[in-house]
Amino acid sequence: MIQLEKVSKLYGSVMAVDNLSLTVRKSELLVVLGGSGSGKTTTLKMINRLVEPSEGAICLDGKDITEVEPHELRRHIGYVFQQVGLFPHMSVSENMAITLQLLDWSAVRIKTRVEELLALVELEPSMLNRMPSELSGGEQQRVGVARALAAEPTVMLLDEPFGSLDPLTRGRLQESFAKIRRRLGLTSILVSHDMVEALLLGDRIAVMDRGRLVQVGTPYELVRCPASDYVKQLMHTPRRQAKAVDDLLVDDGDVSDKFSQ
Amino acid sequence: MMDQLTLLPSYLTAHLQLTLIALFFSVAISLPLGILATRVAWLEAPVLSVAGVIQTIPSLALLALMVPLLATLHLQSIGFLPAIIGLTLYGVFPILRNTVTGISGVAPELIEAARGVGMTSNQRLINVELPLSMPVIVAGIRTATVWIVGVATLSTPVGATSLGNYIFSGLQTRNFKAVLVGSLAAAGLALLLDGLVRMLEIAIRERRRALAKIVFGVFFVLYVYTGISLTQSLFLLGKTGVITIGSKTFTEQYILSSIISQRIESETGHTTRLLQSLGSTVAFDALRSGDIDMYVDYSGTVWATIMQRDSVPENRNEVLREVTNFLRDEHGITVIGPLGFENTYALAVSESDGKRFQLREISDLVPYAKSMLIGGDYEFFARPEWQAIQKNYGIEFKESLMMDSSLMYQAIGQGDVDIISAFSTDGRITSFDLRMLKDDRLAIPPYDAILLVGEKVMRDYPTAVTSTNSLVNAIDVDQMMQMNFSVDEGGKTPEQVADQFIKTLSQSEALN
Repeated sequence: MIQLEKVSKLYGSVMAVDNLSLTVRKSELLVVLGGSGSGKTTTLKMINRLVEPSEGAICLDGKDITEVEPHELRRHIGYVFQQVGLFPHMSVSENMAITLQLLDWSAVRIKTRVEELLALVELEPSMLNRMPSELSGGEQQRVGVARALAAEPTVMLLDEPFGSLDPLTRGRLQESFAKIRRRLGLTSILVSHDMVEALLLGDRIAVMDRGRLVQVGTPYELVRCPASDYVKQLMHTPRRQAKAVDDLLVDDGDVSDKFSQ
Repeated sequence: MMDQLTLLPSYLTAHLQLTLIALFFSVAISLPLGILATRVAWLEAPVLSVAGVIQTIPSLALLALMVPLLATLHLQSIGFLPAIIGLTLYGVFPILRNTVTGISGVAPELIEAARGVGMTSNQRLINVELPLSMPVIVAGIRTATVWIVGVATLSTPVGATSLGNYIFSGLQTRNFKAVLVGSLAAAGLALLLDGLVRMLEIAIRERRRALAKIVFGVFFVLYVYTGISLTQSLFLLGKTGVITIGSKTFTEQYILSSIISQRIESETGHTTRLLQSLGSTVAFDALRSGDIDMYVDYSGTVWATIMQRDSVPENRNEVLREVTNFLRDEHGITVIGPLGFENTYALAVSESDGKRFQLREISDLVPYAKSMLIGGDYEFFARPEWQAIQKNYGIEFKESLMMDSSLMYQAIGQGDVDIISAFSTDGRITSFDLRMLKDDRLAIPPYDAILLVGEKVMRDYPTAVTSTNSLVNAIDVDQMMQMNFSVDEGGKTPEQVADQFIKTLSQSEALN
């Protein structure tokens, strides 16, 4: 369980995160949704102390996170980066094993674990000795997810993990991840600006705007009872787009005509 | 060419010693310092500026400055130590700069990823920052390597043997084969070491363990060789029975040091060692500090430069006597005696100019001086004699040009200058058909060649000192000029000329 209590982050005079209180339940996936500058990534980074809050407290399973050394804390929280962040001078297996190395696992144990991880993220064993530059974007992020899961964390933080992938790959990875996190019962926070992703993946969604938390709830609650106009519009966007696509197909209209304009 | 190549192993070994040891210290200093500068933000600017400023000091000056600096600290100021310190300082900047650039050039998202997976600051450095900046750091090491190999040729004037010995003595004795051998050997060494470091870079980047092992193996062998040879030469230095004979940077000095060395070795069986091409005042300091045991200087040099006297007594022996007393009382240095000739600064003009303007004495120059160019060696225009000439004769030249002493004669021969500050024993005075002008107003003190011996040799090797007694008053001006000429224009080496002289000396001794 992750609890944020009255957390604020000040950069100079700019309130990046403003008095935020939020609870993520055990084994739940919470999507933090917002545009750029909403403070969603800062919120995420405060949970594994990549960013230190200016005010407020954060607890993991009831324990204040400042009680542990930052690097110790991070070794037990999986983190998936927006730009993937694989180490270019290390092979796939070395990237996956890095946290285990830091935790002083034995070579044999690491080898077994890396093979498990490979299967978990659905990669071929032949990938193990490849360098990150030899992988496609989707494969790279699968390795990124595997690296985050290596030390069997119970908490996962994901910073727009699928944002830079093409739609097909993104869809497949989203499905993979949904499966994995259910199987492992991970307590996860996923930051996104993609409404569809939020609706499809999130058990609950927290909407942020300019550093403030606007509304938290299940997708159903957010769509049915939006707390503000901003949320309402946000929730309607995917449906409006879906309708537009539907209309286009039902219309039996000449598609080539539409694109030739 | 062959006699040059026989010197190659010892010069190359000495050069390798200087280069590898300086390179080792450069890396050992700049790598941690560079890393520290990326960790402690306020350090970066000052550290890089200081290293950059050291880099802008001309390399020869940087090495030469180490001599007085170390002397002030009462450390070995001549030879290996000043050269190593100077070269190390020279190698620091490129490595330091590239370390800082390399580490701060690692992509911020990778730094964040490293923190995110739970690395401590040190683990991040070892696992991510250093490996990723390795190509840049190694490029800096390569630059430093090539620079150090090149600058190490300038260690010769501070008393450290290097391939520069070929270049300095070759330039002075007009032996361009020697210059060529020295330059090519230095270039070859630079290419070899640069290639090795480059292979190391490739091995690390492409993860070729076998290649890395080979390169490390070669470096290991080179360092072991350096270590052994260095221990040997240090052992040789510390061994009793080795007498070090110094020489300055001109032909006569190479010949005389060789004569002394051969004389001692053949008469006493003591081992001698030559430390050649020392700067003029470096040689005196080296004798005082015990880094060399004996060398030949000139009474006028001690009189003017060390005793700082500006009056010139008419009697040659008076200067000799005062110099002898001064050196004994002030510095504990013994003057064995004069070798029998004078090598004085002499203003010289071409014979044709001499005839045309009827020049015999320096006074005769006065009416023409304003339209004349005078060439002198590096020291001359800074010496008290030059002041004295200007003052005593009230003479003023159109322009004074400083140049290497070996080029002065060519300059006057080609008419580039009208008058030069020649050395009176230089064989080229005859071969270039020059006329020396008499110092009629006594501006230039007498320059008797005198053999100076340090305290240690006087005490420990009395037989060696006695064996040099026969050199006193044994060489007259014509003989010295002839010997200089044989080297400068006759294509002989100083050793050959010295050998010839010693043979003749022994024969005449046997006859008596």
